[in-house]
Amino acid sequence: MNEGDSKGNKVERKTIDIVHQGLAKRYRAERRFRLYGLTAILIGLLCLAILFISIVGNGYKAFQQTYLELEVFFDPALLDQHNLSTADYTGLVKSNLRTMFPEVRGRSDKRQLYMLISPGGAFQLRKMVLRDPDIIGRNISVWVPADDDVDMLMKGHFKADVAESSRRLSDKQLAWIEQLKEQGKIRKEFNKTFFTAGDSREPELAGIWGAAVGSFFALLVTLLLSFPIGVAAAVYLEEFAPKNRWTDLIEVNINNLAAVPSIVFGLLGLAVFLNFFGFPRSAPLVGGLVLTLMTLPTIIIASRAALQSVPPSIREGALGVGASKMQMVVHHVLPLALPGMLTGTIIGMARALGETAPLLMIGMVAFIVDIPGGLTDPSTVLPVQIYLWADSPERAFVERTSAAIMVLLVFLMLMNAAAIVLRRKFEKRW
Amino acid sequence: MVRKTVLLVAALVFVFVTSTGVVNAQSARDYISIVGSSTVYPFATVVAEQFGKTSRYKTPKIESTGSGGGLKLFCAGVGVEHPDITNASRRIKGSELEKCRQNGVKEIVEVKIGYDGIVLANSKKAKPMKLSRKDIFLALAKDVPDPKGGESLVPNPYRTWREVNPALPNKRIEVLGPPPTSGTRDAFVELAMEAGAKKFGWLAAIRKQDKKKFQAIAHGIREDGAYIEAGENDNLIVQKLDANPNAIGIFGFSFLDQNTDKIQGSFVDGMQPTFEAIASGEYPVSRPLFFYVKKAHIGVIPGMEGYLSEFTSEKAWGPDGYLADKGMIPMPDAERKKYRADVSKLRVLTALNN
Repeated sequence: MNEGDSKGNKVERKTIDIVHQGLAKRYRAERRFRLYGLTAILIGLLCLAILFISIVGNGYKAFQQTYLELEVFFDPALLDQHNLSTADYTGLVKSNLRTMFPEVRGRSDKRQLYMLISPGGAFQLRKMVLRDPDIIGRNISVWVPADDDVDMLMKGHFKADVAESSRRLSDKQLAWIEQLKEQGKIRKEFNKTFFTAGDSREPELAGIWGAAVGSFFALLVTLLLSFPIGVAAAVYLEEFAPKNRWTDLIEVNINNLAAVPSIVFGLLGLAVFLNFFGFPRSAPLVGGLVLTLMTLPTIIIASRAALQSVPPSIREGALGVGASKMQMVVHHVLPLALPGMLTGTIIGMARALGETAPLLMIGMVAFIVDIPGGLTDPSTVLPVQIYLWADSPERAFVERTSAAIMVLLVFLMLMNAAAIVLRRKFEKRW
Repeated sequence: MVRKTVLLVAALVFVFVTSTGVVNAQSARDYISIVGSSTVYPFATVVAEQFGKTSRYKTPKIESTGSGGGLKLFCAGVGVEHPDITNASRRIKGSELEKCRQNGVKEIVEVKIGYDGIVLANSKKAKPMKLSRKDIFLALAKDVPDPKGGESLVPNPYRTWREVNPALPNKRIEVLGPPPTSGTRDAFVELAMEAGAKKFGWLAAIRKQDKKKFQAIAHGIREDGAYIEAGENDNLIVQKLDANPNAIGIFGFSFLDQNTDKIQGSFVDGMQPTFEAIASGEYPVSRPLFFYVKKAHIGVIPGMEGYLSEFTSEKAWGPDGYLADKGMIPMPDAERKKYRADVSKLRVLTALNN
């Protein structure tokens, strides 16, 4: 520092000058870099916001359903005591509508009147009578679901001020609806049917409960099978398997399987489970088996990563105090790796919940009305239900599709939140 | 140690229960299994739901696999693991009937349920188009007769509707239609394109000599961007038509019926696609819908007769029935009577020319 002092000082100043000159540019570059990162996040959030706004905007109205009030006289003449199940309840609804609107004459006008009420009205009256046959002969006020065209009008999806030929509802029907509005006999209520009913061709009677139960059963099978098998495979590959070409080959294959398109697993399920083993078609059991095959690679990879993240000192420490290899793995390594394994499993489950393509080949893309009672009853899953509704021509299914998407997204968010919570919880303990 | 044995026992119980459940499900399927056409699917599902809710039987399970796929599953054999009924938007082919017989499905009951119209629709924001089937053929075929005359085919040179027919508007040809896997496409090329091609004398002569060559000419649809394959989601086509008033969409009548506030059907050969015109046969682009039943399964699978009688009842397939409300075109009275009699007697399909 002392020799070549002046020259050294000059060099130092020059360097410092160069540094100072470049500083402003460097700060600008760093700010720009931060800005890129911020912009990337904002674009992502913007896309997410657009997705949510469009889906919620399309679907929030589906949580309400229009109901009409009928003063129903349970006519003993129409309801034969010995044949209550097959009595003409549609006729009962029709006769009560005629009583409400006595001025309606002519077959085509009467047909238009009957079309204001959903076919679900007749089913509702049938259930009431079967549950409590004492109501026969009495006059009871019942709120029945309105037809989906009336529902669309009440929610503003159908415009009333266009020419009659461009409308689903005729002028007369609009007049009757106005009359009902004035009498207070038409109102919108919370759409409980959406959450308690199975699929239906009538949008006002359609619900996601059947699909939700099917999804639950399929995921239950997937979880019970893929978690133990995946964890065991990862533990063996990581802790016990010798490091040779065979294990390398297995590792490459598992990584490839994680990237295989999901419909291939559906074809595999069709060939092996349905054709070879003869399992019943459209059962959540087979759906769960196919989804297991699909999530297994994900769980194995995540579990292996979790096991690799456990420091070798833990292993050596355990062996050092005299544990056997199996005790070391089960008592020391596995609990530490558990948060990562759980995260991988839950993310794999969330992916399985949203899958449609593999279930297509095994018959779960079907119209199934009844709620599945067990693992072998035919059922469908939530994303398939959304797909089937999206293909239906009735206008009222558009909002119900969006509402079902909202429900699916809520489930997925809950599952991912559970993954985060569990991971935090276990990490704290250890 | 105790925990381990508990887990082991629980796992074994689970496996045991599901396997017995599986065995039971195999030998005692108590619901009707239906596969087949995606066109018949909206109508069959309504009948199935009605049947399930008003009888003590379970609601039939209906899958939309396409006519061809459904017949393949149907003809795979007799037994609880095979479907009982298949829907089809076309008649069963001779080769499929043969395959059925080879696999033991010998007694099939054919039931025609009604008609479905195929419409060419555009947005209400534009004027309705008045097309003839010849116009449709010239606008959409891959190879068309040389506009200069003569008996040769050239790749389709027409870009606008006016080039095809001076009476049509000067709009670019932009048609959204079904993909080659769709039964609607098969029906459309057969009913509209073939009829349009036949209007050329020399093509009609080719049809008499070599039907396959004629079909190759008539069924080929252009791939240069004027015809856009818009997938099987007809709701999507309706949305696209709403956004683009110059485009025309091809789909079934039920979608037009449910969206009359947004789209209108084009005139084909002077007829507008209304319910009455399709029912009377005046609107030319309509096709019959069928379903096929395995006689061997009746009596084994509970409820099949009930489902058949529900489908063939007047309140389902009649002119005032609930299927007509959904957009299906009912058969004339005489045909309904014939098929109802066939079903009640379970008359077996013997040959394809009756």
